[in-house]
Amino acid sequence: MKYSITSLVKQALQGHKGWPEAFRHPAPKKHYDVVIIGGGGHGLATAYYLAKNHGITNVAVVEKGWIGSGNVGRNTTIVRSNYLLNSEIPLLEWSLKLWEGLSEDLNYNVMFSQRGVLDIFHTDGQRDEAVRRGNAMIVNGVDAEMLDRQQVLEMMPMVDENNGRFPVLGGLLQPRAGNARHDAVVWGYARGADQMGVDIIQNCEVTGISRGPNGEATGVETSRGRIGAGKVAVAVAGHTSQVMDMAGIKLPVESHKLQAFVSEAVKPCINTVATFGVGHLYVSQSDKGGLVFGGMVDGYNSFAQRGNLPIVEDVAEAMMMFLPTLGRVRLLRHWAGVVDMTMDGSPLICKTPIEGLYLSGGWNYTGFKAIPGAAWCFAHTVANDAPHDFNAPFHLDRFAQGRPVDATGGGPFPNHH
Amino acid sequence: MRISCPLCGERPLDEFIYRGDATVTRPDKEAPMEQWVEYVYLRDNPKGIHREHWRHAQGCGSWLIVERNTVTHEITQVSETRPTQDAQT
Repeated sequence: MKYSITSLVKQALQGHKGWPEAFRHPAPKKHYDVVIIGGGGHGLATAYYLAKNHGITNVAVVEKGWIGSGNVGRNTTIVRSNYLLNSEIPLLEWSLKLWEGLSEDLNYNVMFSQRGVLDIFHTDGQRDEAVRRGNAMIVNGVDAEMLDRQQVLEMMPMVDENNGRFPVLGGLLQPRAGNARHDAVVWGYARGADQMGVDIIQNCEVTGISRGPNGEATGVETSRGRIGAGKVAVAVAGHTSQVMDMAGIKLPVESHKLQAFVSEAVKPCINTVATFGVGHLYVSQSDKGGLVFGGMVDGYNSFAQRGNLPIVEDVAEAMMMFLPTLGRVRLLRHWAGVVDMTMDGSPLICKTPIEGLYLSGGWNYTGFKAIPGAAWCFAHTVANDAPHDFNAPFHLDRFAQGRPVDATGGGPFPNHH
Repeated sequence: MRISCPLCGERPLDEFIYRGDATVTRPDKEAPMEQWVEYVYLRDNPKGIHREHWRHAQGCGSWLIVERNTVTHEITQVSETRPTQDAQT
């Protein structure tokens, strides 16, 4: 069913009792052309683009939980393409362009809101970095504006502008960036893929990757039986190491946890996504009024999907330095997601050394914004057995070849990115 | 999470800095490139017991080897690094 003003009026007159389910719940078939492991944003979007762009519709997405239960529901919903390196900007900018038309493309309102991302700086060094990044963006055709102190204060009147230690000097704004409704993104992609014939199989955990006589991937073993596949595509943020270990591939990845926070609802007070470079804090206000914010990863390997107090303290301190007026606002909840931290802070979208096995992972904590663009490229890679120009730099072999994509210059230390 | 430093006793986590996987060993200078790539970039990333380096930076400054469960955060063993282990890492 296509959502439209007509269907809305029709359903409203019938008491909203006639809406069909957004997608089917089929039992797994014996064999598919492509099996995608992971029913998160990246997995579902990959299925959607495989069907839409490449006509490959005999596809299953296998998800161990339910749609929306993983990292796609654990992020801070920020979408941006304000990157530094020429190798990474095209991918993220393509993703942003897809975001701009996504609700229309999916016929599903993902509530994409281009309220801008404003990186506020407080030192000369940070200003230099912002100018450099802004220039890199402009050279690559991405929108970027330097704001002076006065312009920042007009956009963000709550900032503690003159606290002595961290005076506001200015900001780098990407006006086209913003937020989207994270749940709607997966539901929209799931519905779109389903309508083109993709089977979305929930509560089905992959326990093994089956191999053919020449070592090639031929399917997956799951808690609901074996599913054969011409190609197997892995998109399972957080547990990428464990899934790839089933195929005997060791990755340049450590799993870390990243915490996010939401406050009680308050009146509209922040109409952009603001970041505080000094303390690494990012904050925006949800449509319901809650302030959604987060900081750094905890910094050590962890698969625990729960928070730890030192980071809570760290983020609260940064918030008090940045927006001290929020000191009396109460925290509603906080949670943690497990993220694949790679050795250079950049993702992996590539073929693997095993024939028929493809990988999209290592998204660190930047996976949400990349969903449309990365999945578009991943579908291209799976369909054509070759990368698109946008994802060619993100091959697994870049480490051995000495071509890491290391925007922060953090070196091979996952917790530095 | 609290870590029992063998020299200082049990201390809160924010006195310590995580210094990475303690199971990787530095290859010989003449070792083939694959071994160096593995040492610098590849990790086991276990879901369970992990052997790792922590430094008691805000305390005595010593380097420790901590055995910790990455799912429950339970710490089963803490020891000081020894010269032989230092030479390996």
